[in-house]
Amino acid sequence: MWNTLSRMARTGLLTEPLPALDGSSPELTALQSELLAVLGRALCIRHVDAGSCNGCELEIQALHNPYYNLEGAGIQFVASPRHADMLLVTGPVSVNMEEALRRTYDAIPDPKFVIAVGDCGACGGIFGTSYASRGGVANILPVNFTVTGCPPTPTAILRGILQTVRVPLTEVQRNRPISA
Amino acid sequence: MKLPEFLELQLLPLPANLPAGRARADCRQWLQLAATLRESGARLLALWGADDRDRDGCFRIYAAYLLTEGVLLAEHAMETTEATADPVYPSLAAIFPVAQRMQRAVYDLLGIAAEESLGPEADRRGWLRHGGWPENFFPLRRDVDGSQQRPNISAPYPFVMVEGSGVHEIAVGPVHAGTIEPGHFRFSVVGEKMLRLEERLGYTHKGVARLFETMPQSGGHRLAARISGDAAVAFSWAYCAALESITGTTCPARATLLRALALEHERLANHLGDLGALGNDAGFAFGLTHFSRLKEDLLRSNAAAFGARYLLDYVVPGGVAVDLPAEAPARLLELYADLEQSATNLRSIYDEHAGLQDRFRGTGRLQQSVAEKLGALGLVARASGIARDLRVDNPWPPYDNIAAKCIVQSAGDVAARVQIRFDEVYESLRLCRAFLQELSAGTVPASAGQVNIPVPAAAPYQLGLGVIESWRGPVLIVLETGPDAANGTIRRCHAHDPSWQNWPLIEYAVIGDIVPDFPLINKSFNLSYSGQDG
Ligand code: SF4
Repeated sequence: MWNTLSRMARTGLLTEPLPALDGSSPELTALQSELLAVLGRALCIRHVDAGSCNGCELEIQALHNPYYNLEGAGIQFVASPRHADMLLVTGPVSVNMEEALRRTYDAIPDPKFVIAVGDCGACGGIFGTSYASRGGVANILPVNFTVTGCPPTPTAILRGILQTVRVPLTEVQRNRPISA
Repeated sequence: MKLPEFLELQLLPLPANLPAGRARADCRQWLQLAATLRESGARLLALWGADDRDRDGCFRIYAAYLLTEGVLLAEHAMETTEATADPVYPSLAAIFPVAQRMQRAVYDLLGIAAEESLGPEADRRGWLRHGGWPENFFPLRRDVDGSQQRPNISAPYPFVMVEGSGVHEIAVGPVHAGTIEPGHFRFSVVGEKMLRLEERLGYTHKGVARLFETMPQSGGHRLAARISGDAAVAFSWAYCAALESITGTTCPARATLLRALALEHERLANHLGDLGALGNDAGFAFGLTHFSRLKEDLLRSNAAAFGARYLLDYVVPGGVAVDLPAEAPARLLELYADLEQSATNLRSIYDEHAGLQDRFRGTGRLQQSVAEKLGALGLVARASGIARDLRVDNPWPPYDNIAAKCIVQSAGDVAARVQIRFDEVYESLRLCRAFLQELSAGTVPASAGQVNIPVPAAAPYQLGLGVIESWRGPVLIVLETGPDAANGTIRRCHAHDPSWQNWPLIEYAVIGDIVPDFPLINKSFNLSYSGQDG
């Protein structure tokens, strides 16, 4: 136990400030209150790998390390789509994952955001479209925001998430009718 | 490498980064060779097919075997006529059980089927084809258009049912609870106890093999790196090794050292990440926090030293993309010192944590005999007492100069796979320091143009092979050059990830454990879905 505690004390706090968006650096507290105003609670994200090479997953996992401390900003990855506000999709959509992706999307309550991560999610990347790949996420679902990169850095992904929720909710809704 | 005389097979040369040969076998020899190799302790490394009807009216089936002295490629041609448009070949599944899924995949892509004469009836369920393309469409045949999209047809997949009082099924996936890749697991359980697990994979099949055929030889390494992003250095190196072997290119010594340094960084990044995730899956979040910090430090050093956090575009034909900046070696040595000290500290915390050890020990045990029989590879094999590591057994440059150590454990449980990772972290750090020292010693100068050289055009229809021991196990790329030497086209390229071998082992390792231990067991294997799906 002593060993564990001393390791914690020696490591200290490593969390870095959130990345800047179009010139303005979001204050942690400002971001949290924005999230609260829009959602009334933490932002919940459901991730679906629709056929990625697993490179993008590694950088999404990195968001949980102490440097980025995603949860400290009031953003949480959840296990059930029914608890989610945002669907984060990686990879080109493989034909074998198309149905599972659609079903996950349908299971998320409205209103919802979709964010496509990585060059593959953005446009199919190196895999493009073929007998096995449907290409970018937008070919299957309405996408609100895209983060390019192969894989994109955790900072770029975090910036994309923040940028998406910062768009006033009404504007997001305009793109897509909300089912009752 | 020598073949038994009674087989009457001729051993042909095969360009590769380690000793390799090639033999053409008829039906009888195909099976006899497999049986003989099995007895001598060889592994079936990969199995794939090719459509050569445009050249000589044949389909071909290939098997790559891993012997103690290198790689042997067996090749069996099947002539097609009007009457035998969809030929068959003798199944290897009774000799090498690991062939089963690969044979199903070969059928899905090429429409050539394995015929069982020895074992039980062949499994005809689609492995890569889930209904995204019609049953009579085979994307790797040369007379079809593989770029065309088709609507999904939902097809049922009958899982094997376990019957008995109190048995019920739990279906998980393809979408899982965490940030991981998609696959389906069907558990048959009594209470919490797992009686049987059946995996269904193929969800991330992206048509990599067909895509290779549309790429130039000079660009294939980029796709190879994206077969399994967590093993990008290994795969892109394997691709480049195949191309360089065919063209007789020798990379600058400095580039070879840098490739190995990058490969060890890849190993370190994955092991550090896994050690944290394993702590977390056993309820010790502290482990994840600290190991993920170490991993992030390593990735940031990668960005400073190699130009990117993940090295998907670092290994290029003829060398590596960029040299280390001048200040990198000193920084890296500092990083290694911190990693080593922190890993030692965290290891003692893990070892002394009774709750953690209780979850690790005895969980997900893979017996050595099962691992042997099913042909386990890489880290998983080493944790079950099988001392195999290509860096040690068949070292290719620069490993031929360094005497890497093979790390082995015998218990075969989650605890053993944790210990292997700790020990391999130390060994990797030792190798990294040695590579860095050689790089800094001045014997391999860093003058301009020294980290990559142009690769000459390859002759048409040449087959070459690259095998690299990734952090997960040996990865293989087999490259066949196209007819157009001027434009350097690819005729066929087959990529193989060791996850093919190790996925079926999880089905054995979980038997008798409880369902809540599955994520922990699965993580301790940490196999690639994308790598096996292709
Ligand atoms: S964008 Fe790059 S890292 Fe992400 S899934 Fe595609 S190939 Fe892999």
